[in-house]
Amino acid sequence: MAEPKNKFIGRSVPRLEDRPLLTGRGRFAADVNFPGQWAMRVVRSPVAHGRLRGIDAAAALAMDGVHAVWTFADVAHLPPIPFRLTGLVELEPYRQHVLASEYVRYVGEPVAVVFAADAYIAEDAAEAVELDIEPLKPVMKATDEPGPFDESKRTEPSVIVKSYGDVEAAFRQADSIVTLELAVGRHSGVPLETRGAIGFYNEALGRLEMHGAAKVPHWNRDTIGRMLGRTRDDFQLFEGHVGGGFGIRGEIYPEDVIVCAAALHFKKPIKWIEDRREHLIAANHSRQQTHRIRAAIDRKGRILAIDDEFFHDNGAYMRTHAATVPDLAAAMLPGPYRVPAYRATGHIRLTNKTPCGTYRAPGRYESTFVRERLIDAIAANVGVNKVEIRKRNLLPQSAMPYALNLDTLGTHIVYDSGDYALLLDKALERAGWAKLQKEIAKRRANGEKVGAGVAMFVEKSGLGPFDDVRLEIKADGGIELVTGAASVGQGIETAMAQICAETLGVDYATINVVHGQTDRIGRGLGAFASRVTVMTGEATRRASERLRSKALTLAAELMQADPEQLDIVDGEIVREGGAGPSMKLSDLAKAKPGELIAEDSFESKHMVYPYGVHVAAVRVDAETGAVAIEKYVMAYDVGRAVNPTLVEGQIAGGLAQGIGGALYEEFLYDEGGEPLSVTFADYLMPTAREVPPSSILITEDAPSPLNPLGLKGAGEGGTNPVGAAIASAIDDALQRPGAIVSLPVTPQRLRAICAKT
Amino acid sequence: MSEKAAITLTINGKDYAIAVEPRRTLADAIREDCGQTGTHIGCEHGVCGACTVIVDDAPVRSCLMFAVQAAGKKIRTVEGLASGDTLHPMQQAFMDNHGLQCGFCTPGFLMLAVGVLEREPDISDEDLIDVLSSNLCRCTGYQNIIKSVRAAAAEMRK
Repeated sequence: MAEPKNKFIGRSVPRLEDRPLLTGRGRFAADVNFPGQWAMRVVRSPVAHGRLRGIDAAAALAMDGVHAVWTFADVAHLPPIPFRLTGLVELEPYRQHVLASEYVRYVGEPVAVVFAADAYIAEDAAEAVELDIEPLKPVMKATDEPGPFDESKRTEPSVIVKSYGDVEAAFRQADSIVTLELAVGRHSGVPLETRGAIGFYNEALGRLEMHGAAKVPHWNRDTIGRMLGRTRDDFQLFEGHVGGGFGIRGEIYPEDVIVCAAALHFKKPIKWIEDRREHLIAANHSRQQTHRIRAAIDRKGRILAIDDEFFHDNGAYMRTHAATVPDLAAAMLPGPYRVPAYRATGHIRLTNKTPCGTYRAPGRYESTFVRERLIDAIAANVGVNKVEIRKRNLLPQSAMPYALNLDTLGTHIVYDSGDYALLLDKALERAGWAKLQKEIAKRRANGEKVGAGVAMFVEKSGLGPFDDVRLEIKADGGIELVTGAASVGQGIETAMAQICAETLGVDYATINVVHGQTDRIGRGLGAFASRVTVMTGEATRRASERLRSKALTLAAELMQADPEQLDIVDGEIVREGGAGPSMKLSDLAKAKPGELIAEDSFESKHMVYPYGVHVAAVRVDAETGAVAIEKYVMAYDVGRAVNPTLVEGQIAGGLAQGIGGALYEEFLYDEGGEPLSVTFADYLMPTAREVPPSSILITEDAPSPLNPLGLKGAGEGGTNPVGAAIASAIDDALQRPGAIVSLPVTPQRLRAICAKT
Repeated sequence: MSEKAAITLTINGKDYAIAVEPRRTLADAIREDCGQTGTHIGCEHGVCGACTVIVDDAPVRSCLMFAVQAAGKKIRTVEGLASGDTLHPMQQAFMDNHGLQCGFCTPGFLMLAVGVLEREPDISDEDLIDVLSSNLCRCTGYQNIIKSVRAAAAEMRK
């Protein structure tokens, strides 16, 4: 390759992560074993809502190989699981205890746990635990009247309001008002690796360990530690390979706390590996919201105000994310458009379904669907096309940076940079929009139901407030980069190595990135909110600068040169101009043992805001209700792409999940609260047949001014507007603006829509 | 619980003498009794394909086969694909084409694709997508997996 030796940022180099994963040497949670370990199996409520009158574990305890059964009485000393983000005080009484006490509130709620010699025996014994539950009437819809949570509380823990400007006045002055009711179905991340946790009490060190950690190991270490009365020194979390995260994996769940408590109590290693049915009823669900939105517009279709009231179905309890999803939905709804006055009123409602948390583009998949449906409806109202209506309302580049006057995740929303109209043009050009319109018109004349849709969005990324990186050049010349970030399979080792390599002047393959080990670095915020490339990336750049200057200073002494005249190229300290002797970094490390170490941090109070445009073209089969996606274009401005291939990978993978939520995936329940989507045969994730080839356009037109590399996160832009873009395309194919009002557009639903005249 | 049966599993040419209950799945036996944890379990009911291994030259969901049924058969798992440090063309193609992210589904896709291409080296693109749609991946969106397998198919035909 003709690339300069020190150039790594912006190159699609192969991943450092791949070799162990390709050769079967990955170490996922289920691969962790300790001698003498006990298997844990969770006994789950088969009833959606009921009063727990008694548990009879006698038959289970009598079975060979069963060591113990725990019920609430055994864990009554543990507090409910705390909030990690957006923890409104009024939500606290609705947190989940690790085992149910007086009530059960969803099918799948942990009621007891069995500890046994192996997983087969534990599962047999769990089936023998008898539960006496008096059924109560479940609340199954967030849009129904709230019901009782317990004797004193109702199922609407809070109503959040976010607003700015004079909404009422805008509606009084409007030329027209557009009103819609829209709903997004219940779906979730569903990583291919189910959850798992192994608690181990290391008696030699007096240290409790949890293996199988993911996403936010340091926060979980501190929080579970507090719940169990451990200090941060005698409790450590260890992340191995993680089989997909998507927001839902790695949050503190009841099972994580129980394996730790039990390891401590029994002084035995406790291993819990979730099965798929459990995963589909017990791990966080997400997305389910109903919005009643209206827009005040002028004659040209320009937005004067938006007023949205929505109902967020959070399932049975408030878990670690507390109000995060509805908060983000409300805060990010305005998107890339100028909205002079705005009000969102979000009802946080509990139902007798699996509790919810974040899932890739949380709150935004929902509110982008709602906003973009609204924009399409405005276009229909004033009689212009869907591209023109967007151009009339987009924030211009001259408005940047743009303060939205709203807060979320403890930050003011200020769009840091962006040229939304430019990206719209680029996306339409990539999609061949004009030609596509002609083809569609021609095919439609031949009786085909084909159409195109477009959706725009602003994402957020790079959530602070800090990240630390520690670097050390080892005597063998290898470089260790330790971070409190986490890997969920997205390729952070490679991306961090690239930033370090270019800044320091070494080959990226010489860098070993250590993440997710709480005993290796004091603090860290993990991997969520598309934060790692931005926050850890900039901390890496800073630590690398620091290490470089240290190395040059130390080398200058030995080489009898001025540090200013030295450079590091491919792991070798050279004199500028290349004349004279050089020195390998490994030799410097040998000469100065323990000195080639540098640490630095990046702190940021503001998020950075990538933005994108998706264009979809679909064909609808009115007979079967099937939607074929014939073309899909994604344009995303990420400020600067550290590794374009990995960014494309994020976007392509995000699209598949977005398609799942738009067309196939849905957690359904019957009226009594029985979950109906409990296997991969009824919770339908897209396969290679359903995900079409897509065209990805990564642009770097608006680097972030908030970090020197201009980075923005790329993890969620493939998912965010997919429901919106496909809905827009289906409307067009049916030639019925506003036909799609809810997701997923399953074949049954689409057939019903087609049958309506 | 029932009596354990003494069986020998032959995995990647190596014999493992183990004692298993009749109900023990091949996937569990490969992982727990033979220590070959490269084969992953994603759903335990034969849909996701993460546990795909090759048994007597055919791709098999090892969660749907009992260990006792595999006794005396030739089992190949992901650990047996590479020879030393040299990756199998399928592994190399996945690396070259960013065909994996978290890597959990990857061993299943590798074994599925290798098993099919060994039987049908000239499989059509259409049929290949049909075959690959029998496994689930949650990270990649499949396009790079398809690209990887096509690249490996070309390499394997050489």
